[in-house]
Amino acid sequence: MPLTREQIAERIAQEIKDGYYVNLGIGIPTLVANYIPSNIQVMLQSENGLLGMGPFPKEADIDPDLINAGKQTITAVKGACYFNSADSFAMIRGGHIDLTVLGAFEVDQEGSIASWMVPGKMVKGMGGAMDLVAGANNIIVAMAHANKEGESKLLPKCILPLTGVHCIKKIVTDYAVLEIRDHAFHLVERAPGVTVEEIQRLTAGKLVIPNHVPEMKLG
Amino acid sequence: MSGFYKVVKTTDEALQGLKNGMTIMVGGFGLCGLPEGLLKAIYEKNITNLTCISNNASIDGFGIGLLLEKRQIKKMISSYVGENHLFEELALSGEMEVQLTPQGTLAEKIRAGGAGIPGFYTATGYGTPVAEGKEVKTFKGRPYILEEALTADFALIKAWKADTMGNLIYRKTTMNFNPIMATAAKYTIVEAEEIVEPGELDPNHIHTPSIYVHRIIQGKFEKRIEQRTVSQ
Repeated sequence: MPLTREQIAERIAQEIKDGYYVNLGIGIPTLVANYIPSNIQVMLQSENGLLGMGPFPKEADIDPDLINAGKQTITAVKGACYFNSADSFAMIRGGHIDLTVLGAFEVDQEGSIASWMVPGKMVKGMGGAMDLVAGANNIIVAMAHANKEGESKLLPKCILPLTGVHCIKKIVTDYAVLEIRDHAFHLVERAPGVTVEEIQRLTAGKLVIPNHVPEMKLG
Repeated sequence: MSGFYKVVKTTDEALQGLKNGMTIMVGGFGLCGLPEGLLKAIYEKNITNLTCISNNASIDGFGIGLLLEKRQIKKMISSYVGENHLFEELALSGEMEVQLTPQGTLAEKIRAGGAGIPGFYTATGYGTPVAEGKEVKTFKGRPYILEEALTADFALIKAWKADTMGNLIYRKTTMNFNPIMATAAKYTIVEAEEIVEPGELDPNHIHTPSIYVHRIIQGKFEKRIEQRTVSQ
């Protein structure tokens, strides 16, 4: 069975190490916060100017002055700090964030990503996505392996306008964990019960399959 | 001895000199840290043809959304505008020009503008539609694009506390674009929740030094919430 959105988030959370500063994008990436093990300490950065984002507030604690980059009301953890947008993107662009997780429409075997613009549809803007992919060394893309029509989102070359070039090295989809290097997707793990053939069929870009592809371990 | 007393009583005084065709910067991220009263005043003053630099376009009927209702903005420079339906209409019909800019690049263009730096190279946007027509330069094997600084005629800033000289403190994530925009305009107008006497704010805790601020007005804020999310 392909993974649910929650399970994709759960698998990505396994990549987070104690002491990491992490930026989580909107959508599946936001869910990753729910699966961070309680025995490690992580500080979540929200690019609107908060380091140390906590869970959503209780009704009584809602503060309109405290939101995340998705404009949701939020809380701050002990040791949190606030800063302006230029400082926020100095953290991001300057490579100070240990891990960035974001969504995408398409990723290609060269590590380029398209995530912000579908021609013919209303362009809402890239927000901070272009800065995040340009600045982070460690990016994980969280996405469905194929679109609703069953067409692969892992391509030889992105068709949609790009968010960044040659910047993505790791993807977690509902079918697999993959790494990108040497102009190819390398299959690392498969979702429990999913076959390598299914993954091959849903991957339009070049896919390198090792002899043994372990199943992901989920709780 | 009132050379540094910058408090004004009315929005007319606060916005004196703002004319059709000028460029304004508006602080805030979504509706958080938005100079609500100053935007409402522009709406009531019938000033048009404005170029507006702001990360977002607020929501329909509130904040910058008001200025869109009266077609007072000819061009928006923003990073994300997804929350405003009228905006979508005006942009798609071509009635309003939109220049989408990556959020970090937007922030740095403003910071640079305030710091007297005309441009800078960034990897953000290289190889994407954002890079079209921009100079590319390679540093240590990596390509970067040239981005030019932004300045404005007026910056509309929302502060939590201001002293009468214009030293400012922001609260929580209302800070966002406010401190950098405060540095990048000919006239920086601050709408504050609370105005106090000089000396009452701890100099160790000032976010925006008074030198950047020209006028201060007492604000009254509705503080709408865009996405009310709670945990159980």
